[in-house]
Formats: sequence, structure tokens, C-alpha cells
Amino acid sequence: MNVYLPIAEMSVNIFLILGMGGVVGVLSGLFGVGGGFLLTPLLIFIGVPPAVAVGTQANQIVASSVSGVIAHWRRGNVDFRMGGVLLVGGIAGSVVGVGVFAWLRSLGHIDLTIKLCYVVFLGIIGSLMLNESIRAILQSRRPGGRRRKLHQHTWFHGLPLKMRFRRSKLYISALLPLGVGVFVGLLAAVMGVGGGFIMVPAMIYLLGMPTSVVVGTSLFQIIFVTANVTFLQAVNTQTVDVLLALLLLIGGVIGAPIGTRLGTKLKGEQLRGLLAFMVLAVCLKLGYDLVITPEDLYSISVPDS
Amino acid sequence: MLGALVVLAVLMTAAPATPARAQNLVSDLSNHLVAITSDFTGAEVLLFGSIAAEGDIVVTVAGPRVPVVVRRKQRVLGIWMNTDSIEFQNAPAFYAVASTRPITEIANADVQARQEMGVEHLAIRSVVDGDFSPEEITAFRQGLIRNKIKQGLYKPDVEPIQVLSDRLFRTMIDLPSNPLTGTYTVSVYLIQNGTVVEAQTNPLIVSKTGIGADIFLFAHTDSAAYGILAILAAIAAGWLAAAIFRKI
Repeated sequence: MNVYLPIAEMSVNIFLILGMGGVVGVLSGLFGVGGGFLLTPLLIFIGVPPAVAVGTQANQIVASSVSGVIAHWRRGNVDFRMGGVLLVGGIAGSVVGVGVFAWLRSLGHIDLTIKLCYVVFLGIIGSLMLNESIRAILQSRRPGGRRRKLHQHTWFHGLPLKMRFRRSKLYISALLPLGVGVFVGLLAAVMGVGGGFIMVPAMIYLLGMPTSVVVGTSLFQIIFVTANVTFLQAVNTQTVDVLLALLLLIGGVIGAPIGTRLGTKLKGEQLRGLLAFMVLAVCLKLGYDLVITPEDLYSISVPDS
Repeated sequence: MLGALVVLAVLMTAAPATPARAQNLVSDLSNHLVAITSDFTGAEVLLFGSIAAEGDIVVTVAGPRVPVVVRRKQRVLGIWMNTDSIEFQNAPAFYAVASTRPITEIANADVQARQEMGVEHLAIRSVVDGDFSPEEITAFRQGLIRNKIKQGLYKPDVEPIQVLSDRLFRTMIDLPSNPLTGTYTVSVYLIQNGTVVEAQTNPLIVSKTGIGADIFLFAHTDSAAYGILAILAAIAAGWLAAAIFRKI
């Protein structure tokens, strides 16, 4: 069964789109990532224009994140205070990021920059997480193994403006989550994604938040980041296809609670290991595409008006 | 607006291409308006007509003419990246050709080029400031055509035209599922001894209608309201899904 998308200006199979939305929804509920880093390449792969893919996936991730946050909130797994501080930093970072994006675009290499950003960050995050989770799994299997400390104390615990984050069981400087927010917001704006796949590891490893709280809190702030992206894209480029978003979010909102339930059945280190594998797989694919000889050296696009 | 376009289309079709001479070629389309509705998956339009003289027939279909940028990748430090680009004007958004016989047997290269018979004869002009050699421009041009063929927007093969008792002819025009909206030009040529003796053009209008057209218009005329509504709809859908899942 096919449907014509009014903004993307193409005909697509309804069930293909529903299925893609569903898979990304499961991942979103499971890992607290918006799924934009997977959905955008998938949409482009089936022929949706890249600009429409970016604008539309942001809109659908608003929906899947809302349903994910509600599910986590009922379990008391959202640190609203932490989410709020991250968000303030995130908005500041994305404003800077939009400027960086325009600057790179004027240099003419925005596509390559985005891909390189993906490869580098996915590669670093994926290998760090995989390494850590394998070690954690091995350690938990060793009988009588030393219990891991809740979190390590380093220089940044001496920073001023200390705040108590009850849900995260943390008493740290507000500058730390603020800084993480700025950094992730900047990258998210340049790469055109919600930034969950960077935010989640940053919360676990930099802030030392417990994994159970990380997912819900990440989703909470992704709602606002992607809503902002949706609005900016709708106004500036008119590339938000509501029909495509609707189909994706029907799949996504069904998938997200499934992911949340799956998540409660898995241990923290197993969850992180799985996310690490996925992140590395996307990284390797993108890196491979940059290096192999393309099928056609020539490509076409509509000129900037 | 649309009504006026259709009236215009009909008037243009009714006006003969060569009014002074007796008409040897008459043709028309089964419909002059292709409506893109929400269940649109492509369309077939029948071109039919008759000839009053001996000869061969060639039909070309060209979509709206738009500029296209062609980029070329080169390997830089082991990574393939776009290094240079050429902009082309007048590239039809869609192109197809049909003929009673192989075109090379009917018309010489000059005629083919003048009437754009075949993808390789399309009059796509480059906008270059002298940085590229003619060979390079040709390579970019071929890259453009190759990409359009891959997207199903240019038909590289010549479609057949069926002729009945040397007088009536018909051929089917297949529009893809992702056509650009606008006016398509269907040109019909009657060729005798290698020269075009009569020609006729039939406009074909492709336009969005129904809810899809309304959404497109809304998104482009009232973008801010459209964006806010899209966000609110997403929040409502997410909340609804969470509520439903709690019940199950």
C-alpha cells in the first residue's frame, strides 16, 4: 500500500515507513537515544531528500521521546533538575551550532563534515562504551570481585556552584552538566540530530549518573531539542513532512514503550554493551562509505536559490 | 488558477502548429491534467492521433526545465569528497521518447539534436566560467543524465509507437511516482525522408490536489503555525501512545 508524501514529493510504502518508525522507537525506549542518527540515513536511503529527512525525523522524535519520558517518569527515572540544567546548556550550544553549520556550509563541505563528525564521535563513544561494558560484565561474573565505586572523584568535583541532584544521587557543580549540554547542543546542531547518542554516554561517564536515570533524563531534554529543530526547519526550509512524521511516529510510539519494557529486563552493562555495538556498526558503515570508490563519481542536486 | 491552466492547455492543443497548411498530423492526450493525490503511485497518459501522409512519428515528453548542480568526487587523503561542480540550466525534470522505428534510421544527428530526440540530444546548457575543458563538461553532463536515469526520471530507451493501418497511432506515457509538478511538453513530430514536415505540442499539467496540496500550501505560506502544529501533534501522539500502553 502506497501513499504520496506532500512535502517529500514522492510515493512510499506505508508499511516500510511504519516498520522503520517501530524499530527506531524500540531503540529510543531502550537506550534513551532519539534515533535520529539511524533514522536520517535510513530515510535518505529510501530516497527521501536529505533536508526533508532531517526536518521530519526531528518531528517524529518529539513524539517518541514524549511517550518514552512518560513511561520512565512513572518509574521515577527522570531527573528533571538535571534535565533542566542540561537543556539550558543545550539550547546555548545549539545556537552556536547553527552558526557553525552556516559557516561550514559557506565553505562548501558541510556533508563531509557531518559524516566525519559521525565517524569520529560514534567511533570514540562506541569503543569506550564497549570496552567499559565488557569489563563490567567480566567483573560481575568473577565471584567476590571488588564492588565498583558509585563514581570516581576527579578535578571537576572541585568546581564551584554545587547543586544537589537527588534522583541522580549526585552533588556536583552545575557547570559540569551545563558544559555537557553546551557541547552536545553544538554537535547536535551541526550534525542535525537530537544528540542522545552523545548525551547518554556523557551522562554515564562524565557526570557519573546511574544508568537507570540516564535514559529518562536524556529523553526529557531531547523533546525540547527536537521540538526546536522541528520549528526552525519548518520556518526556514519548509522540510517538515507531517504525513511522513505521522507514519513514523505511529510506528515509533508503539516501539518506544516496548523498548522501555525490554530495558527493565536488561542489566545496565548489557544495555550499554548493546548500544556500543549499534553505535560502532553505524560508525563502520559510514566510515566504509567514505573510503570505498563510489558507484558514480558524479551526483546531482538542486542548486541553492 | 488550475481551471485557467486547463482552459489554456485545451486552447493551446486546439491551435494547430502549422495553420497555413493542410494538417497531416493530429494528436491529443487522453487527459491533460495529472492530479497527484495521496494514493498517487505514478500515472499513464495515452497519446493518440492520426497522420494523413506517409512517414515516421517521434514523440518526446519533457518535464519543466530546472537548473541542476552536478558534483564530482575525488579522493583526498583516502576519502572521497566533492571537489568540483558545474551548474546546468534547462535540464528537464522528466524525459521520455517514443518512435515508430529506431530514431537513427529516421533522422540524422542534426535533426535529433534540434528536436531533442533521445537523452543524449537533450539541450542541457552548462553555466561555466571557463574553468573546465569541453571534455570535462561532457563528462559532467553525462553524469547528470546517468543520475536522472537511475532515479527513473529519464527514460534511456525509445518506447514503441503502435501504428494502425498507416493512419492511426498511439503510445503510452509513463510518469514516475515522484514527478516534479508543472507543465510537461509532449511534442509529436511527423518525419519524411529525414526531415520534420510537421510538429505539434500538447501540454500536460502535473499538479497536486486534495489534502496533499493543502498540506504543501500550508507549510509554505504559514510556516511558523505549521511548525507549531506539527510539534503539538507529535506531543499529543506521544502522550496518547503512553496512555494506551499503560492500559494494556
